[in-house]
Amino acid sequence: MNIFRIIADIEKVDPEVYNKLDSRRSVFKSLGNMGKTAALTAIPVALGSVFNKAYGQSSGTVLEVLNFALKLEYLERNFYAGGLAANGLITDGAARAAIQKIQMHEAQHVDILIATIRSLNGTPISEPTFNFGKNFADWNTNYQTFLTLAQAFEDTGVRAYKGQAANLISNDAVLTAALQIHSVEARHAAHIRRMRNNAGWIVGAAGNSNVPAGAAAVYAGEDNVSHGGINDVKTVGSGYSAEIATGAFDEPLTKDQVAQIVSLFE
Amino acid sequence: MKKLQNELAENDLSLKSSLVAPIQRRAFLRYASATAAASTLLFMTSCDDDDDKGPMDPMAVDLGSGDTGILNYAYALEQLEAAFYTEVVARSMGVFNQTEQQIMQDLKGHESIHRDFLKAALGSAAIPDLEVNFSSINFNDKNSILTTARTFEDLGVAAYNGAGRFLENAGFLTLAGKIVSVEARHAAVIRDIISNGTFSDTADAKGLDPAMMPAEVLKAASAFISTPINANNLPK
Repeated sequence: MNIFRIIADIEKVDPEVYNKLDSRRSVFKSLGNMGKTAALTAIPVALGSVFNKAYGQSSGTVLEVLNFALKLEYLERNFYAGGLAANGLITDGAARAAIQKIQMHEAQHVDILIATIRSLNGTPISEPTFNFGKNFADWNTNYQTFLTLAQAFEDTGVRAYKGQAANLISNDAVLTAALQIHSVEARHAAHIRRMRNNAGWIVGAAGNSNVPAGAAAVYAGEDNVSHGGINDVKTVGSGYSAEIATGAFDEPLTKDQVAQIVSLFE
Repeated sequence: MKKLQNELAENDLSLKSSLVAPIQRRAFLRYASATAAASTLLFMTSCDDDDDKGPMDPMAVDLGSGDTGILNYAYALEQLEAAFYTEVVARSMGVFNQTEQQIMQDLKGHESIHRDFLKAALGSAAIPDLEVNFSSINFNDKNSILTTARTFEDLGVAAYNGAGRFLENAGFLTLAGKIVSVEARHAAVIRDIISNGTFSDTADAKGLDPAMMPAEVLKAASAFISTPINANNLPK
């Protein structure tokens, strides 16, 4: 076995592997010393214990978050695939290209989440059966309904990832990947919002998002102006309007809030 | 605000002792296998050479260490963006249509409130105002303004994405998350104005947006910031 090869392979999945090993103790120093006194066959055991220290903590929480994210990505992938397959729904060329691009990203997100869950020895959830017509019967026949749902899904996705960032704080590699997905979802959201003649950002709680009352849960709390111990960010500097203050900060959603939104399509 | 400042102080104390030693060893390991580009960055961020006129300039603004350093890093980038859109709104509205003018007003507002919020949150730990250098931008030219805006917004997204892992305080991490997605929305809108449909073309084949380390980001931003910045004490 080649320990440097193993660690290099892990680094492909987790660029922080050196740091993880190193912050606990100098694995290379330890192994070097061991080489003098122990037989080569002892190394895998020693290696295992080092890796357990690096990766054993809170992987349960991390896996839970990853499967939670996977469900949302399944939903989005499925939704866009259904929309693209629906005859005569998305006819405009630019719109179709945009939806195809977004669908491709959601499919890539499904893939990377599954790979990450497996790399952490977890089990990815299988793809749920969604029922987009449950509350929105014309989801794949009425273009405006389709776009409204797309906007709701993207803005929910942004808020859902944001709400889980703190639960990934123990795993730098997974956290970074989640952030890299999170900002792509925000780009999607901005584009879809503008396809519906909305601003690219969320102002207030559903105020500028042009959604039916039933979708208010997607924007609950977006009117918050209290951040980082500052009670009202409208008052910082020379002062700002509520539109600027709420548009400048996206808000997280809790797992329960997201589950409630998703349940409308299950 | 007090609460945040206390948290910052606590974080700094806990971080200072734990970070110093591992960095040296890890830097060595990285160095051993790094590409030429990466080792250049490593040199920039970890060398202790007093003769270095770049990042170690004694007159440079020190971003600080720990979570404070990362928030100051964000504050530096928000200062740059706010200054840029303030200039655009003051000088360039004639080159934009009505919808675009509203967008520029909103971007000026968002970046300015990000700047003022971070300054207020950092309190006495905040770095001073930075001097910007926009001599390479033609504020009468729509294309020059939009491509600069795209650079700043995409850079901001990549910067926050890359810096998240360095935050030790979960509250700050969520806070950074609240800001970065708005930067991504900005980036998408600017990209679509330049060429409709390019909103998320930054994503790679895995559907991931870039995440950049502070040294890379500050190197890219340095063309627009005349105040020297010392990022050597940031977490690595």
